[in-house]
Amino acid sequence: MSSIPTQAPVIELEGLEVRYGRLRALKGVSYALGGRAIGLLGPNGAGKTTLLHTLLGFLRPAAGTARVLGLDVTTQAQEVRALLGYMPERDSFIAGMSGVRFVRLMAELAGLPAEPALERAHEALFYVGLGEARYRPMESYSLGMKQLAKLAQSIVHGPRLLLLDEPTAGLDPPARERMLRLIREIRDSGQVRIVISSHLLRDVEECCEEVLVLKDGQIAAYSNLAAERRTNRRFLEVETRGADDAFAESIRSLGCELATAGGRRLKMVLPEGVGVTELYRLARERGVQLRRVNFRRDSLEDIFLKAMEAPAAPAGPTPGEEASRGGL
Amino acid sequence: MAVYEQTYRRYEGPRTSRRLRFLVIPRYAYQRLSGSKILWALLVAATLLTLGAAVLVYLKHNVRALAAMNLEVGELLPIDARFFDVFQGIQLGIGFLIVLVAGPALISMDLANGALPLYLARPLTRREYVLGKLTVLAAGLSLVTWVYGLGLWALQAVLEGGAWALDNLRIAGAIFAGAWIWILVLSFLTLALSALIRWPLAVRGVLLVLFLVLPGFGLALAQVLRTRWGHVINLGADLGAVQSALFGVAAADGPPVAGAAIVLALVLAGSIALLAAKLRAQEVVT
Repeated sequence: MSSIPTQAPVIELEGLEVRYGRLRALKGVSYALGGRAIGLLGPNGAGKTTLLHTLLGFLRPAAGTARVLGLDVTTQAQEVRALLGYMPERDSFIAGMSGVRFVRLMAELAGLPAEPALERAHEALFYVGLGEARYRPMESYSLGMKQLAKLAQSIVHGPRLLLLDEPTAGLDPPARERMLRLIREIRDSGQVRIVISSHLLRDVEECCEEVLVLKDGQIAAYSNLAAERRTNRRFLEVETRGADDAFAESIRSLGCELATAGGRRLKMVLPEGVGVTELYRLARERGVQLRRVNFRRDSLEDIFLKAMEAPAAPAGPTPGEEASRGGL
Repeated sequence: MAVYEQTYRRYEGPRTSRRLRFLVIPRYAYQRLSGSKILWALLVAATLLTLGAAVLVYLKHNVRALAAMNLEVGELLPIDARFFDVFQGIQLGIGFLIVLVAGPALISMDLANGALPLYLARPLTRREYVLGKLTVLAAGLSLVTWVYGLGLWALQAVLEGGAWALDNLRIAGAIFAGAWIWILVLSFLTLALSALIRWPLAVRGVLLVLFLVLPGFGLALAQVLRTRWGHVINLGADLGAVQSALFGVAAADGPPVAGAAIVLALVLAGSIALLAAKLRAQEVVT
């Protein structure tokens, strides 16, 4: 069981434009995403589901290209689908079937022979927590159980890329936690990449390493959450009393990037190997009081709100370029 | 993803043939339909009817059996094109009832429950999806129509001799072609209505209207306008006319063969177009 190299592009979009009649749902989107778990964020009508449907080959691009794991979604749609698992947003099941029959059918349609399909259907349903309910007709499932069954059918055939459209929609808090835990577990297995489309920031923040914010059919922002979290751990905002230029200079001598805001407030990025204790030591030596020390917590909500205010940018960098960004 | 490990595991085993994967759909459908008593009753009826016809063919060639039953050969129906035309007509009627039971829910339930994206997110095209659903109806209808019909024809050929078989190859061709015209028209029409209406009961209602009520209008039209063309809106009569033409038998009061063929072709084309329009993995709201 080989894991997928983390920096290989999972999704590559080049000038992707998708239309519903005259309506341009995606407007020349270009980006390359390569993380283990990618979040698609955006308000309703931003183009998230349209993008997922284009990746699945349900919609044909009016212009541009989209590639999944190196395969073109238009010319190699069947090959792409063989690598995908898809959990739709809306209620989706086949009437008159038990959970295990439903998941087995989905496995067989994905190409598994009958016996392994049955075995995997049982395993998938146990894995998502529907082991005891697997012989019940799906019509009798609660909303949360149907969501879990949808997740089971999306992983039963062992896809390389999992597309989850609003996976926690309509779930109560315990069910939501369970769903997010399963998604993190699948992500951490390293055997499948995940794309989550959601308008719930917390879901994306808890599960994803990269986030693409869509707005009005364009990319409004990209954030490498993993890199962002690493940067945040090095970024300090300090409120002082008695700080002078000599104190600022001594901080710079540690190798910190430093900016002052209003004399008493300092913003700095600590270099590798330098901890906050160094700062306390300098303050003690210089007789400076540190009244408040905060690590920056630039939450996904901030990123999202900024993106919603800013004009959308249709083009973007590759994952490697974005990951190398950082600093103040 | 082993149960005891409770962790995600990718499937690395063998895969089935891409070309035959659509057959998964009828297999699952038959498992569901096998619980229908009405369907079994119709299949038994079609089989008994075929057995009855086979007995008739056998008696026609067994003088001793006829003598035991105090019957003359001339008292039995002649085994000719008309015999097979009538036999197939009855079997097609039973086939219609089978479609009425098995067909309406085939697509409508998938659309009503949002299952189509699940099918089409797999390496399965829309064409293969329709082919899978079509196979459900076509296989059942084939059994009661051309499979039984050709079996009967073969029995007659064995009992009568090779010369009869050679002289009546047209009957075999008519059985096969006539059955397939009916199978394709009726199956595609049912699937299209199933995709359009999404409520099995209503689909059954529309089928009954098309095949039982509309002929009444056709008859009225034909009588008022004094033209056989009025019957073209009677799909059953259209098929009867085309089938009788295939058997080389003069049809009773029915539509002209050309008109009937055109109507059947239009119904088939319209049904396929409707399926192409309705079967989308996602609904577009603009």
